[in-house]
Amino acid sequence: MNDLVIRVTVNGEPRRWTVAPGDLLLDVLRREGYWGVKKGCETGECGACAVLVDGEPINSCLMFAAQADGRKLLTIEGVATHDQLDLIQEAFLDHGAVQCGYCTPAMILCSRALLERSPKPSEAEVREMLSGVFCRCTGYKKPVEAVLAAAHAEAAATSGARTRSGAAKPTEAAASGATKSRAAPRRAKR
Amino acid sequence: MSERSVVGRRVRKVDGFKLVTGKTAFTDDIALPGMLIGKILGSPHAHARIKRIDTRRAKALPGVHAVLTYQDVPRVPHTTAGQAWPEPSPYDTYLLDSKVRHVGDRVAAVAAETRAIAEEALRRIEVEYEVLPAVLDMEHAMDRGTAVIHDEPDSTGIEDAARNLAGAIHRELGNVEEGFKQAELIVEREYRTPRQQHAAIEPHIVISWLDADNRLVIRTSTQIPFHVRRQVAMILQIPVSRVRVIKPRVGGGFGGKQEMVIEDICAALALATHRPVKLEYTRHEEFFMARTRHPQILRLKMGVKKDGTIVAHHMSVLAATGAYGGHCTTVQGNTGSKVLPLYRSPNLKFDCDVVYLNAPPAGAFRGYGCPQGFFAQESLVDEIAHELGMDPIAFRLKNAIRQGDVDELSAQLGEGRKGLPRVIRSCGLPQCLERGAAAVGWWEKRNGGRRGAGRVLHGVGLACSMQGSGIAGVDFAGAWLKLNEDGSFNLQVGATDLGTGSDTVLAQIAAETLGVSLDKIIIYSSDTDFTPFDVGAYASSTTIISGGAVKKAAEKTRDAVCCFAAKLLGASPEDLTCRDNRIFAAGGKSVTMSEVAMFAFYREKTQVMEGSSHFNTDSPPPFCATFAEVELDTETGQVRVPHLVTAVDLGVAINPMQAEGQAEGAVAQGLGYTLAEEMVLDEAGRVVNANFCDYKIFTAKDMPKLTTILVETEEPLGPYGAKSIAEVPINGVGPAVANAIFDAAGIRMRRLPIRPDAVLQALREQGKAAR
Repeated sequence: MNDLVIRVTVNGEPRRWTVAPGDLLLDVLRREGYWGVKKGCETGECGACAVLVDGEPINSCLMFAAQADGRKLLTIEGVATHDQLDLIQEAFLDHGAVQCGYCTPAMILCSRALLERSPKPSEAEVREMLSGVFCRCTGYKKPVEAVLAAAHAEAAATSGARTRSGAAKPTEAAASGATKSRAAPRRAKR
Repeated sequence: MSERSVVGRRVRKVDGFKLVTGKTAFTDDIALPGMLIGKILGSPHAHARIKRIDTRRAKALPGVHAVLTYQDVPRVPHTTAGQAWPEPSPYDTYLLDSKVRHVGDRVAAVAAETRAIAEEALRRIEVEYEVLPAVLDMEHAMDRGTAVIHDEPDSTGIEDAARNLAGAIHRELGNVEEGFKQAELIVEREYRTPRQQHAAIEPHIVISWLDADNRLVIRTSTQIPFHVRRQVAMILQIPVSRVRVIKPRVGGGFGGKQEMVIEDICAALALATHRPVKLEYTRHEEFFMARTRHPQILRLKMGVKKDGTIVAHHMSVLAATGAYGGHCTTVQGNTGSKVLPLYRSPNLKFDCDVVYLNAPPAGAFRGYGCPQGFFAQESLVDEIAHELGMDPIAFRLKNAIRQGDVDELSAQLGEGRKGLPRVIRSCGLPQCLERGAAAVGWWEKRNGGRRGAGRVLHGVGLACSMQGSGIAGVDFAGAWLKLNEDGSFNLQVGATDLGTGSDTVLAQIAAETLGVSLDKIIIYSSDTDFTPFDVGAYASSTTIISGGAVKKAAEKTRDAVCCFAAKLLGASPEDLTCRDNRIFAAGGKSVTMSEVAMFAFYREKTQVMEGSSHFNTDSPPPFCATFAEVELDTETGQVRVPHLVTAVDLGVAINPMQAEGQAEGAVAQGLGYTLAEEMVLDEAGRVVNANFCDYKIFTAKDMPKLTTILVETEEPLGPYGAKSIAEVPINGVGPAVANAIFDAAGIRMRRLPIRPDAVLQALREQGKAAR
């Protein structure tokens, strides 16, 4: 089969990629320099490869690159603005939620998606979301604490001021799908 | 301790920024022009000879640059175990061999332009096997007439190859036979523990190439860069000076990377092709071709007086090392040497046989023989305490080793050579027990081991454990510091950060000693060309041994700085103190570290730089008390752990936040080991559950509430009083949960993992016995 040319928006930037039909989104993203997207199992079990596609967390090892044509992607590289970290990233650092860091990009992206949809999540909701990302280092306690702390900090920042202090503008620009999910939550609460 | 400014603080990891932003950091995060993909052809048979191997069709495939078999590479017996030389493991492994000894064992290796071409090349390699009987049952591996797994004449260090006996250990203190005669109660039990997978989220991966100076560079996800350099040089028969090993960020190790797993074969492909070669394991290959925890069958016999005093203790272990014997005597040696001495007993005996099987090879795994041993020992003493009507905490306190004691068993069970007796200079176990019991609600929640009515039963259980901090007389490290113009320092250490946070902890130690802020330390680690030697990250050694080297190097550097500062301040170097990035004279006059640096460089024409090596002749144990609360569903057999308390005496916590994280990660693996994780092999030696769907590690939803209590003591042998915490918290989880199950329901589970069907079976048998 012939190669395909696809157009995607990654972290707010338009991209034009030539891909083979069987190329996985995970492999193409890494090939294109998005090294923060990690390979852990290639079968959709560990979640390390998670990226946001139109605001939705997706295992990029279970998606063909061709399927991303016309979609808006957010990878970890798009979460901070230059060196200004997002509140979730700050919380992960402050709470010791990062050990080896291999699952960290996926955890942060999935947390970002959760907080867009559910700004005041319960611990159970956070654990439900994080259960899609395997971590072998932390026992999950500090990552859960970090997400809850980030939610608290964001709530305080938005109520105190119109703009989030230190928050990543790309999350507002690139993942405009996020505003969609705020209006229409994709998952019913259990 | 309140006067310390950096040590003891919950500071952010120094490498945290790049990890939360996904910057290039891990082995795979580079693109080298012309890089080829390496793949290994794994054996489909558990035990076979290669009668014929034809690679011509594979070599002819366009895009294939090399195909290697045993005919193409040197035959150098070695061990892949990451241990100090001379490694105390059999030299029974070959880069490529004409015999395969487990499903997934190396048959051949290829390097090709793309993964697809490499995989096609593997399919085109023609192999004719003489299939041999597979030895898979550890209880019959030594039987007369069983196939011999290591029948090659050139392997060395095997205890008795003809009987598939990789290693054997027999030690005794006192006389247990006489001791048992003094006992008023003797309990003898058997325990079984499974094959566990490390399941680091980053699989094994190596990229190897020849650099511009024709030196072999190996960029690898490893715990042991310096052992890899030595071993690869030996296996490929090139000088150490021609090899450079670089360890970038590692996505988890846990012992699975305390092993030279694929560096040798990747380097061989790089040498054969003169191109960079990347070799990485798929998740499936991780289960077949990496390493596992040693499964064990443990028989324990303990004799006590009616007042609970232990008079004799005999542990017999049968362990399986799989197809190759890396770590076979040292892991099992630990099962004896770190477990038995927890309790004072005048008579101790340890017997162990480690057998080969046609199964994936075992190796190092967090705890290193202790999870197996403590599961058995802590379950047994719980049973004995119950028999005697004695509170389990009281039984531990009565018999446990204490400050000032000398552990003689360690002298007998050193790593491959005569060990050194262990003096207990710090012991916080009583406080661990007290604070842990309070945190779990021990007195309120104890049920007593009598099965009540109701569908869901509740109980709490306890286990004590200890470990070591570094290998006495073996582990050593080097550290090097140099001063820069702005008063910052480059700190170069061989010490290997796996995500454990050692870069941060070592930088904290350097900053504290030099009197500078943490941001003034630029740490670079684990590059064999640029950093001094370090044995690597294992045996809970980094904080105490590498930290010891860093502290010494920093003290020498501080002294050198003070010599220059003294000239600027018109004072005596001995009268100066360093803090807050300044050097103070007795009267209060001070200069900044930067001023001293500029003076040393440009006036005195000197680069302030100092280094040091460090080792210990003892291994101070951290102590741990683990408390588990369980809910047991008598209809489904499922066991839930709502709350797990870990109280650890780690000496002084250099970074309490990182230390807690270590404990929390360790217990997550311990919970998996106890309730869910087991590599299952079929009758042909194939791993049946070689994926994350069927091999279940705990997720965020499965985890209990975790309470981590750091009990601080001052250990004289550790920098700023530190010991270790990396491994010990995993040891008590299994027995604490098993003991809690007994407390809840009156049944003893003596086999890990504790499966619902086994619980139901035990409840049924208990019901029958009652009638």
